[in-house]
Amino acid sequence: MTEARRYGVQPGNPDGVTPSQTVGPFFAYVLTPHEYGTREIFSKDIVTPDAVGHPIRIEGYVIDGDGEPIIDAMLEIWQADGDGRYAGAAPQHGANTAFKGFGRSDVDSNGFFAFRTVKPGQVPGPDGTTQAPHINVGVFARGLLKRLFTRIYFQGEPANATDPILALVPKERRHTLIAARRSRGDDTVYTFNIRLQGEDETVFFEA
Amino acid sequence: MSRTIYPRESLSGDPPYLHADYASTRKRSPSKPLVIIPHTLSELTGPVYGHETVQEGDNDLTRQHLGEPLGERIVVTGRVLDEDGRPVPNTLIELWQANAAGRYIHVRDQHPAPLDPNFTGAGRVVTDSEGRYRFTSIKPGAYPWRNHPNAWRPAHIHFSLFGPSFLTRLVTQMYFPGDPLFPFDPIFNSIADERARNRLIARFDIETTEPEWALGYQFDFVLRGRNATPLEDPHDD
Ligand SMILES: [Fe+3]
Repeated sequence: MTEARRYGVQPGNPDGVTPSQTVGPFFAYVLTPHEYGTREIFSKDIVTPDAVGHPIRIEGYVIDGDGEPIIDAMLEIWQADGDGRYAGAAPQHGANTAFKGFGRSDVDSNGFFAFRTVKPGQVPGPDGTTQAPHINVGVFARGLLKRLFTRIYFQGEPANATDPILALVPKERRHTLIAARRSRGDDTVYTFNIRLQGEDETVFFEA
Repeated sequence: MSRTIYPRESLSGDPPYLHADYASTRKRSPSKPLVIIPHTLSELTGPVYGHETVQEGDNDLTRQHLGEPLGERIVVTGRVLDEDGRPVPNTLIELWQANAAGRYIHVRDQHPAPLDPNFTGAGRVVTDSEGRYRFTSIKPGAYPWRNHPNAWRPAHIHFSLFGPSFLTRLVTQMYFPGDPLFPFDPIFNSIADERARNRLIARFDIETTEPEWALGYQFDFVLRGRNATPLEDPHDD
């Protein structure tokens, strides 16, 4: 049978971008299967021996509009290494293939998550600007019909003051994007809570 | 401020965050406006996962156990394209679904329908050089949920795709043609535009159907694409 027959009766290609649907409540045994004993291809610990940058932990809770923890969320992070290099970037942006820069985590029964990564360096921004160190975050959950996109910035970074993306965020909401730093033993821990709705709601982006 | 590279208008088919008929959105949708930002290197790059992530047989969900799973065997195949029709090669697709009785192996699925010891409902595949993919599986059953009285999800398969950048990431669900539950499902109907909704319905295809073996469905994914016209700004690669 010909391609014409196969694709001619009804169009084989949809007429636009495929819409998003919720990840639902039952994704964990494929997307974050560490409790199912099956092979996990993404991890919440993305520090590789060859990763350039200071090792850090990023911890927090995912919280709904009633202040209740969300227990069926999934977070994804995407970041540059300590020298500001993204894996797979074009060579002129200083590609780095050693550090993957991508992590995925579920949350526990308290809505708590924790990543181990390295602190990212600065990367180019629009129109010749430089961005402050940051991590792109995708939030998926039952009840989220499409991914929420936010960014983690870091407390104590002078570059936050001139970051071109933070500058687009109303001043009184910027603090929701800045992870608080503390030390715990030898670890540097940044706390970043994600409030989907309500008082001190996290800033989410559209891009 | 620099221009958008992936057109935002292409997302017009997406559901809103708040769709009150889907009760879980009420306390999980942002109440403040999203902040629109330009596409920087952080959005234009993205994790690249290809063939190293999948193993032989990850795309045949009927052969992951000693015996044959119960239910109606299906083949789901198609292409991953961007919105300009360009294939998206070597990109990871992850899939999860209920068994033929409408039950997930997930620990929190309490639907009193049987688990199938020969079916997990987990699959992975990487698109080939023309963006093609293929899964063999079992048609998932409809299942009840507690969203409203007598609420049932139409049969669906969950899919997760990466594409070439942070912005092309897509998590969605594929439905089957002619499902009588469509009018009653707030998740499917969270997509306001009928044409956009119909992009999530697979097409039964007799050519894909394998004689004496499996019913065939065609389903193409269309991810966001960069503007087809070259940009003047030399810094945007
Ligand atoms: Fe489902």
